Amino acid sequence: MLRDRSNLLVGFLLPIALILLFGYGLSFDVKNAPVAIVIDEPSLAARELVAGVEGSSYLASRRVGTLAEAERLLGDGKVDAIVHVPVDFLRQRGRGAAQVQLVLNGIDSVTATTLEAYIAGALGKAMEHRFDRGQGTAHGAGQIVLVQRIWFNETSNSTWYLVPGLVVLIMTLVGAFLTSLLVAREWERGTLESLFVTPVRPIEIVIAKLAPYVLVGLVDLAMCLLAARLLFDVPIRGSLVAVLLSSTMYLVVSLLLGLFISGTTRNQFAASQVALLTSFMPAMMLSGFVFDLRNVPLGVQVAAQVVPATHFMALIKTLFLAGTDWPMVARSCLILGGYALVLLFATRRTLRKRLD
Amino acid sequence: MSVAAPGELLPRKRPVVVARDLRKVFTGPDAVPFDALRDVHFEVAPGTLTALVGPDGAGKTTLMRMIAGLLHPDGGTLEVLGLDVRHEAQAVQNRISYMPQRFGLYEDLSIQENLDLYADLHGVSKETRAERFPRLLAMTDLARFTARPAGQLSGGMKQKLGLACTLVRVPDLLLLDEPSVGVDPLSRRDLWTIIEQMIAEEGLSVLVSTAYMDEAERCERVHVFNKGEQLAQGTPQELRTRVAGLTWVASPRSEEPARDLQARLIDASERIVDAVPSGGEVRYIRRPEVTDEQLDDLVGDRVARPREEELEDAFMLLLREHESDRNQVPGPSADVAGDEVRSGSSTSAAKDEAPIIEVRDLVRRFGDFTAVASTSFDVRRGEIFGLLGPNGAGKTTTFRMLCGLLPATSGHLEVAGVNLRTARATARRRIGYVAQKFALYANLSVRENLEFFGGAYGLRGRALRDRIRVIEAQFELDPHAQSGILPHGYKQRLAMAAGLIHEPRILFLDEPTSGIDPLARRAFWRTITQLSQSGVTIIVTTHFMEEAEYCDRIAIQDAGRLLALGTPRKVREQAGERGRDMNSAFIAIVEQGREASMSREPETEAVS
Repeated sequence: MLRDRSNLLVGFLLPIALILLFGYGLSFDVKNAPVAIVIDEPSLAARELVAGVEGSSYLASRRVGTLAEAERLLGDGKVDAIVHVPVDFLRQRGRGAAQVQLVLNGIDSVTATTLEAYIAGALGKAMEHRFDRGQGTAHGAGQIVLVQRIWFNETSNSTWYLVPGLVVLIMTLVGAFLTSLLVAREWERGTLESLFVTPVRPIEIVIAKLAPYVLVGLVDLAMCLLAARLLFDVPIRGSLVAVLLSSTMYLVVSLLLGLFISGTTRNQFAASQVALLTSFMPAMMLSGFVFDLRNVPLGVQVAAQVVPATHFMALIKTLFLAGTDWPMVARSCLILGGYALVLLFATRRTLRKRLD
Repeated sequence: MSVAAPGELLPRKRPVVVARDLRKVFTGPDAVPFDALRDVHFEVAPGTLTALVGPDGAGKTTLMRMIAGLLHPDGGTLEVLGLDVRHEAQAVQNRISYMPQRFGLYEDLSIQENLDLYADLHGVSKETRAERFPRLLAMTDLARFTARPAGQLSGGMKQKLGLACTLVRVPDLLLLDEPSVGVDPLSRRDLWTIIEQMIAEEGLSVLVSTAYMDEAERCERVHVFNKGEQLAQGTPQELRTRVAGLTWVASPRSEEPARDLQARLIDASERIVDAVPSGGEVRYIRRPEVTDEQLDDLVGDRVARPREEELEDAFMLLLREHESDRNQVPGPSADVAGDEVRSGSSTSAAKDEAPIIEVRDLVRRFGDFTAVASTSFDVRRGEIFGLLGPNGAGKTTTFRMLCGLLPATSGHLEVAGVNLRTARATARRRIGYVAQKFALYANLSVRENLEFFGGAYGLRGRALRDRIRVIEAQFELDPHAQSGILPHGYKQRLAMAAGLIHEPRILFLDEPTSGIDPLARRAFWRTITQLSQSGVTIIVTTHFMEEAEYCDRIAIQDAGRLLALGTPRKVREQAGERGRDMNSAFIAIVEQGREASMSREPETEAVS
């Protein structure tokens, strides 16, 4: 055991990584969540009301001029919630109960629920504050009614949140795990040595290894989409073309990563371990599948950006629940394309027909 | 360098491989760099069969891989088909075929699919395939099985299919890296028939590496390598003349086992280069500088006469000279069995007791398949018993049943006085087992391995420590060396030491000599004969038929049936005319057995 380095790595390093990730990095808490505040009619009361939100250490609020602009920010994912103080806030309050609108982004239902509680708490605190200072009694009951709406995932259904992420996990699994064994197996069985001494070129071997698994992956993707739509009733609001395009890109990245691992380790056992550690685990932990990336420390955020799954995760969730955001599709596909190219050349290098 | 004329006449005359001062450096398992090849000058003439011979670690595979463009030379020049491999590896790979030691067959693909795959890779046209495939399949005798997955073929069939895959088109150079390693004599013969046929019909240029001298004998030129150096080259005839007049054969005294005389001779290493038992006599090579008087002293009153020199003799001489230059690896101490070693007569005394292993009507079935059919034999104490047979003959199954690793389907099996069917654990304590792939822990030291195996056999504390000290001295093992980086010969000694740690009465050795060089093999058999003289019974399987000569008795198995049983001499006699040496006797007996079972299905054949 002591001299078996690879097992030591799995035995000790993996638990350490997990402890640190869960202990410090990943949590369901929300920190510095971007919130847009829209005040239609500026007044002291309205300012006082939102002061609680602005002062919260959990929320990063910004004033926005119009509701339309705030909604655009929400649609782009720049803010997670909108606190809207309507025109007749003062008048309503005078009558006893004032409505404040809260719009939440429901794609990430866990974050949405947490945010809702925070904002309600912050608003409530502001009211208590006023009450303490004796102003509440002078100006009527001053009750605040929070009118809440959740966008993109109206029912705040966690299935909606998880299923698009599942697509990412399945693509990662099919990609990296299946291919991680391919080249290593040929090294172990010695077939690669005979294959090398033929006119075949390294890039041809890569493509030949890739092609069948792209097909398998696409069939899996189709199953995922059908299951999402028919079994779990998750909407696919974005363009199907964009979904297919980006999924195929991610699949290729995933497959190439597997091939690269396989070609580098040249050993099936090591390859599957490395594939688990470098593709599936990050896709699970760091991509934003379970944990909201905005709530993790900077280091983890940077690490998450290196994981291809992170980029695809954000995109596929938007495509499923929000709609097609073409600039985002283009940006993510460009990033994935970059990964694919780098991995393609790296993989080709591992198969460059040399044994030394 | 002139440019090849379009008529292709020029390149045919030029050597297909030219190596000058070729050098390759590897990093050893102990992280120290060593020369895998050094100063190699080497040529392969077109249209000929050239052999690379040498023990494991000689650098044969490294040279092959460099010619195939898979390894870069670290020095010197290497030209293949007029191209510099260093820079034009792909151009070379387009024109040559290469069969690595473990040929890369896709085990899940059928024979036909494997052929198609390699034809696709080489861009072979439909017409060529239509003409070539049937011919290859007929030659390899695989036509009947084209739909069978390669993974389900026997070792010999796989090797033939591998060869067929390299011959899907006519390569400008064919590289075969130990094509016959681990293949039984029958398949070996078939393989060579194909190679020679292709050379005759298509004028192939072939470079083949081999550990078998009878194969090298068939080649036009032979290059002898050891430890990265080329020791000699020339035609087999030229190499043989190096030992002219040094090769002799001696008959033992009556009642003296040939292997005792062999031990006597090979122990006198200052006078004798090599000695092996063969056909009841002992063939040996004298050292060139030794006088007749010095030898008379050794041979004594036994009859010795000169014999014709063979390539194997030249090879052994070259190796022995090279090794003594390098001042290398002595065999394990001659004290393994105490002082009785040289008094040859003490051996037979113990043997005539009751059998220590008794096998009656042993049967083992796997589903419908009968791996071992109604086999009976017995082994006496102190005997060396050899179990021989082609791949898939049932040797391994028989072996495992004897060791108690596999229960028998029916029959009587008694080992060391214990019925294996009822008291397997008790029997197992009395036997030692050395597996083919030494089951040692590579990252433990020698001492730790011995402690582990001793512990596994129930040895504890003082008793274990004492035993380990004895066995370490016996096998000359360095207790602190790490097992994984020991040279192969030492690893095997360690494996035997581990098998003997609990002082078993019977030692089982499964193909102990496959993959070790001839010198290490001699040393190994020397240890075995000494062990047997100390009363340990030894059961051994082997692929090297000439090694059967070291055994007291041998059994030949094929297709689960026992075809021959008796002393090596008796078995050779059973083969009749064709039984000149053990190898041809083996082939004859197996073929006779197969013919008989074909004509007289389905009766179990008579046991000799």
